[in-house]
Amino acid sequence: MRAVGVILAGGNNQKMRELSHKRAIAAMPMAGSFRGIDFALSNMTNSGIQKVAVLTQYNSRSLNEHLSSSKWWDFGRKQGGLYVFTPTITVGNNFWYRGTADAIAQNLDFLKRCHEPYVVIVSGDGIYKLDYNKVLEYHIEKKADITVVCADVPEGDDASRFGVIKAGEDGRVENFEEKPVVTSETVVSAGIYVIRRRQLIELIEKAASEERYDFVNDILVRYKDLKRIYAYKMDTYWANISTVEAYYKTNMDFLKPDVRDYFFRQYPDVYSKIEDMPPAKYNPGAEVKNSLVSAGCILNGKVENSILFKKVFIGENCVIKNSIILNDVYIGDNTYIENCIVESHDTICANSRHVGENGVKLVVETNERYVL
Amino acid sequence: MIKKEMIAMLLAGGQGSRLGVLTSKVAKPAVTFGGKYRIIDFPLSNCINSGVDTVGVLTQYQPLRLNTHIGIGIPWDLDRNIGGVSILPPYEKSTDTEWYTGTANAIYQNLTYMEMFNPEYVLILGGDHIYKMDYEVMLDFHKANGAACTIAAMPVPWEEASRFGVVVTDETSRITEFQEKPKEPKSNLASMGIYIFTWSVLRDALIANASVPGCDFGKHIIPYCHEKGMKLVAYEYNGYWKDVGTLSSYWEANMELIDIIPEFNLYEEFWKIYTSSEIIPPQYISAEAKIEKSIIGDGTEIYGEVRNSVIGAGVTIGKGAVVRDSIIMKGTNICENAVIDRAIIAENVQIGEGAVMGIGEEVPNKFKPNVYAGGLVTIGENSVVPAHVKIGKNTAISGVTGAEDYPDGILESGESIIKDGDMA
Repeated sequence: MRAVGVILAGGNNQKMRELSHKRAIAAMPMAGSFRGIDFALSNMTNSGIQKVAVLTQYNSRSLNEHLSSSKWWDFGRKQGGLYVFTPTITVGNNFWYRGTADAIAQNLDFLKRCHEPYVVIVSGDGIYKLDYNKVLEYHIEKKADITVVCADVPEGDDASRFGVIKAGEDGRVENFEEKPVVTSETVVSAGIYVIRRRQLIELIEKAASEERYDFVNDILVRYKDLKRIYAYKMDTYWANISTVEAYYKTNMDFLKPDVRDYFFRQYPDVYSKIEDMPPAKYNPGAEVKNSLVSAGCILNGKVENSILFKKVFIGENCVIKNSIILNDVYIGDNTYIENCIVESHDTICANSRHVGENGVKLVVETNERYVL
Repeated sequence: MIKKEMIAMLLAGGQGSRLGVLTSKVAKPAVTFGGKYRIIDFPLSNCINSGVDTVGVLTQYQPLRLNTHIGIGIPWDLDRNIGGVSILPPYEKSTDTEWYTGTANAIYQNLTYMEMFNPEYVLILGGDHIYKMDYEVMLDFHKANGAACTIAAMPVPWEEASRFGVVVTDETSRITEFQEKPKEPKSNLASMGIYIFTWSVLRDALIANASVPGCDFGKHIIPYCHEKGMKLVAYEYNGYWKDVGTLSSYWEANMELIDIIPEFNLYEEFWKIYTSSEIIPPQYISAEAKIEKSIIGDGTEIYGEVRNSVIGAGVTIGKGAVVRDSIIMKGTNICENAVIDRAIIAENVQIGEGAVMGIGEEVPNKFKPNVYAGGLVTIGENSVVPAHVKIGKNTAISGVTGAEDYPDGILESGESIIKDGDMA
């Protein structure tokens, strides 16, 4: 592969509500056994990209922990590898990343020292499988300056939270509107870009010198008529998890057989850090319907239309419905949970009741857990 | 100069012929266990948890699965700059090339490997038991006693002692006598086949016995050390230790994992067991599925009914299928409406729609009555069982079978169909 990868994993936003307190969106647990960034990382490694930089700044502990070893994605190697870059104070800079373009600008030395002719830039919060070689081939064929991968807005999601793209018949982008107030368009940017490395360095340096910091507004939108920007349409599953509603819905999509088959059973695989959990255990009283259950779970109660992440304990006489229970949650006996997302490492006291009445309720408890 | 205080030599070359078709294509240490693991994961995890980071794994019988499973040792953190895990197969020499002819002969042929690490102590392990043990504590015991060799031994019920090799000790744990399967045991301490040798003792004993045919630790090396008057001590172990050498004991050890609080607990944070997990996704339990008292591996999809069973990773159990008191290994596909009672089904097996197993009276197996016992149906890896056949108890199937292999659609109790490769 003739490209180096850059994953933008710095971000967070208000729409993730309390879920953003602990981690960057890219580190959100996904589909039971994964994290958001696993999809981008796996796509990179499955596309043959050998060198990947992850740019992160918001509460990066959780993400750093997940990326503590790069071997799970086959990036533990001499040639290339996985680099995690957080902002640092240097002689010439004492700012945080002021935007996506600034994040790249602050790490321009990395790109300058690469020898790969192209760069694949992706966001860390997309859930999809894509061979970036196909995008690169398209990019070369179209003689594009920048290729933007776009996709249909997932059903039920809101196009106005994305960059809306209108492309001509030959694929050249005619209009690019970032987060429009209203829109009737349904094709949006998936936050995946292919660009020649020298072109990127030039554009980033130009933006930096003009104190412009956002990759989308200050480069894509600003240069859309000047540069040859092409849209590559992706027709397979794509979702973005950066609001609570989208996060909930995307996880629930994995209860559909076609989505599961596509991600879990079709080659190539999605990889993740291995955590050595024993198989899930079903004790008497466990009754599970239409749910995903991850390794290390111990079940003594009822679970329906839900996703249990790793190492969840469900007490006796519990009822869990339409909910997402994140990693290492202990749920005491006789608890009723419906329409909720329960934050990881929570301890839910026995006899509790949590119901999301209007939409999804986030359950964030701070109870102490007594471990013998 | 490299210096490792203690290195481990793990004997993983045996077939484990009493596991029948389960080991017709894989060495026993590579047989899966507990829905996720392989038997060798237990001694390997014990090693790293005990701080032993140099492990030589001696392979001989059907090593492919074992080799790919171990790789460079990543799952056990045994990928090291110095030491780590090394696979040690028999190799050709300029003179006297031979296979590993016995446990001690295998170690003898790898003296150079051990010398490389300049160890003070060598731990000898087998690859066929399920247990958690801190070898460092055993080493402390070895040192405190100034022993030449320490043998791990566990108390067994007196009435069963005659099935084991027992060690007779004095009040200081020093071994005074060995009895191999004694009619009248003088002790109930059974040797577990786990030894710590002081390196110089082991090296000299192996060289002195180099010409003994089929040189074995229990039969030759230990008695040799004993006759020479060296200090041999017994390290008493009282934890969970399970031999999985027969189909019945293998089945039982798996079934013990589904107890509400299993005696052998895999869910403790302390002393984790590590394995190579190729399948990561969660398991899916459909709206029609029923699961009772079972453990289920990653990426498995269940549309039918599962009771008292151990289900591996990447398995599919179809709608209307019923699996009871059984072990289903990785990647196996049980089609709709199949009914499976008391079966051990190895990896990547296809069970056809509506097939029924575990029916009829218990009749001893005609082919290998001592292997296929306990009323179990045993199916080897990559086998295919056609739709709508009926299979009795104490039966074995290996290979791709078609309807023509089942007269009147039935494999009667006690019968076997072995079609594939090596005779099981």
